[in-house]
Amino acid sequence: MKAIHNLFEKVKPSFTEGGKWEKFFPVYDAFETFAFVPGHSAQSGAHIRDGVDLKRTMVTVIMAMTPALLFGMWNVGLQHYKALGVADQMAFLDLMLFGAWKVLPMVVVSYAVGLGIEFIFAIINKHSINEGYLVSGMLIPLVMPVDIPLWMVAVSTVFAVVIGKEVFGGTGMNILNPALTARAFAFFAYPSWMSGDKVWVNTGGEAVVDGYSGATILGNLATTGQAGTAYADWGIAEMIIGTIPGSIGETSKIAILLGAMILLITGVASWRIMFFSAVGALTMGLIFNAFAEYAISPEQQAFMAVPYWQHLIIGSWAFATVFMATDPVSGAQTEKGKIWYGFFIGFFGIMIRVFNPAYPEGMMLAILLMNVFAPLIDHYVVEANIKRRAKRLKLANA
Amino acid sequence: MSKDIRIKRGLDIRLKGSAEKVLSQAPVPGVYAVQPTDFTGITPKLLVKEGEHVLAGAPLFYSKDDERVRFSSPVSGEIAAIVRGAKRKLLAIHILPDKEQKFAEFKRPDGSDREALIALLLESGMWPFIRQRPYAVIANPSDAPKSIHISCFNTEPLAADVDFVVSGSEEDFQEGLKAMKMLTSGKVHLNVDGSVPVNSLFEKAEGIQLNRFKGPHPAGNVGVQIHHVEPINKGEVVWYAYPQDVVAIGRLMRTGKADFSKVVALAGHSLQQRKYFKALPGTPVKSFTDGQELNGDHRVISGTVLTGNKAGMDGYLGFYHSEITVIPEGEEPEFFGWLIPDPTKFSNSRTLPSWLMPRKEYALDTNMHGEERAFVVTGEYEKVFPFDIYPVQLLKSILVEDIEKMEQLGIYEVAEEDFALCEVVCTSKLPVQSMVRKGLDMVRKELS
Repeated sequence: MKAIHNLFEKVKPSFTEGGKWEKFFPVYDAFETFAFVPGHSAQSGAHIRDGVDLKRTMVTVIMAMTPALLFGMWNVGLQHYKALGVADQMAFLDLMLFGAWKVLPMVVVSYAVGLGIEFIFAIINKHSINEGYLVSGMLIPLVMPVDIPLWMVAVSTVFAVVIGKEVFGGTGMNILNPALTARAFAFFAYPSWMSGDKVWVNTGGEAVVDGYSGATILGNLATTGQAGTAYADWGIAEMIIGTIPGSIGETSKIAILLGAMILLITGVASWRIMFFSAVGALTMGLIFNAFAEYAISPEQQAFMAVPYWQHLIIGSWAFATVFMATDPVSGAQTEKGKIWYGFFIGFFGIMIRVFNPAYPEGMMLAILLMNVFAPLIDHYVVEANIKRRAKRLKLANA
Repeated sequence: MSKDIRIKRGLDIRLKGSAEKVLSQAPVPGVYAVQPTDFTGITPKLLVKEGEHVLAGAPLFYSKDDERVRFSSPVSGEIAAIVRGAKRKLLAIHILPDKEQKFAEFKRPDGSDREALIALLLESGMWPFIRQRPYAVIANPSDAPKSIHISCFNTEPLAADVDFVVSGSEEDFQEGLKAMKMLTSGKVHLNVDGSVPVNSLFEKAEGIQLNRFKGPHPAGNVGVQIHHVEPINKGEVVWYAYPQDVVAIGRLMRTGKADFSKVVALAGHSLQQRKYFKALPGTPVKSFTDGQELNGDHRVISGTVLTGNKAGMDGYLGFYHSEITVIPEGEEPEFFGWLIPDPTKFSNSRTLPSWLMPRKEYALDTNMHGEERAFVVTGEYEKVFPFDIYPVQLLKSILVEDIEKMEQLGIYEVAEEDFALCEVVCTSKLPVQSMVRKGLDMVRKELS
């Protein structure tokens, strides 16, 4: 510990003013502050400070995502060997190793590209490197299909970090959730790699079992109105446990629930957003159930008739609600605003999912939409406070 | 008629090192210092020269903006030095005290002449005890305040116990209260701690409004109390003072002498012996900590850990402060400090284990535990900010210097001390208190 600190002290002169690598100080600073929280004491205001900082907050979110990541890796292996018809002969470790082989490169690419851009911007703007990307960098692979080429992950990441975040001034200033910006970019730029029934399960081009289908439940519902196919009849248990095709991190509701509990117990994520997103989704689900008979096609009628509560375990509602909607920067910032923000994410997410078969993943679009509307929601909440104060003044002067 | 008010949002930070309730006399120091920097928002104009002799209660300087507001010497003695800083800013006036203290005599007004009372307070240098909201600055003697609030308890960590510091000054307090009642045509509010039996001193007071507050810090902040009793609107002025200030004013009314002495708590876990002292503002810190060994680097604070000033070992007790707090400096880098769930760290968030130990007393140092960042986390200020005000939105309006928005969002109702907890719990480590002061100064300048 002392030795590491001495090492940092030794190379520090090269990075400070007048040093050989003066320009790269933010890079040095990022590594130093990663290893050591600097020994700065409070210089103005309160003399004691809370032990929490942004790094602690971000690492808590990463811990919350870990169950979904691990399950996702295992499930990638499971789906792969299942498609080949040999899942029964494979040990847990085989599935895990195959999944890691596919997923870890995506994680590495996402972090390398994203942090690389963060470093460049920190050097240009001479500010210290923000922790925000530690979370985004993990989210990006988790919301991608496993078969997406790595270079698409890289390009999406570049777009998300530059256009989604840095042009606005970096972490804390962005309007849209960076990880969802990456997904939306990939979705619209390379639709054939982001939707359909070929991308969710890696078959490696090998021979698959008869009747194999790699479609997700939402894909099936949109085309046939049925959750399962002849290949696999997905039931409630599979939806909850997560042994289904889908984006890497979204399939297991149990893993996501574990993450949600970490986020709620530590208070890092807003329970209001999560709870009201559920309320919104259930409301929309109930509306669809009530009006299913007026659907324009038999498939849609079947989709609308899906029991309202099942929307919470189908597709990415759970993952998006727990990890995406609760991003404090792009979400509503007032406590009252979070209620409406959460509600509309659930409400619109299910609406888009059912009504628009071209976008089975309605949650992504619903959150991006509400990201844009979050400042407006806050505006009205704050405006109510301002009006209350103005009214009080009027009464006092009356 | 008493009123009960419950404050729900806030935070009591339990710290080790409270002062033992024993009163002693601090040794008479060789020098006192009066620091114009104790008084927010005034520009001092000197009235004395080096080598001059002054009486206790004689003016040393006055406010450039209002010549009537004068600041007095707490002791009689010789002006030893006038200390100036950058741009000749007046920092301190050092006074060598006489062996035998001589007080300036003031003529006490008879009856209930408000103007004569104000003149006496101004002349004796007691006026700066009376402060005003908005802006949390010395009151303008020409104003007619809506009411006067006196916060009779302090909820800050390691703060001096108000019941203890005023005990034995009953007569002076009641006399001072009479003066307070003369200063306003409105009510005088005594805001007391509703969670303990009310001190008979406050309960017996006549002709006042008693408000009982229950809840965590900042329930003892006068700003919170005013907000819950009668929130300040634009154009309104509320004056406030603290019980020890009222005692000093009462003493002046009874004796005609400006005696600024008060009871001060010496606290903080850096010290082994912690107790209360009777002392004058401007007393050097050293005469309190006399003989106590301090190993390593420590921070000596005049005031509390939330709102006090860094005084240093060679510093002095500030005019408004009733505490000297000494805690260790925290300048050690923490190896993977953000990753390790250190149980010695305090946190209001539940990302560290401290929430599992709600009764634990902490031995905190001055470490920031992180670096400054932009606003990211939401909802954390609101948990410790018991106002019907959006704190982050108000701070953002200050950052963009939008005075109209600041007014709309309620800047008149707050002062930096009300934001102290926001600053403590801030994940992004933003200098919240100085931001609020900047906003208050901006609005004040714009409207004057």
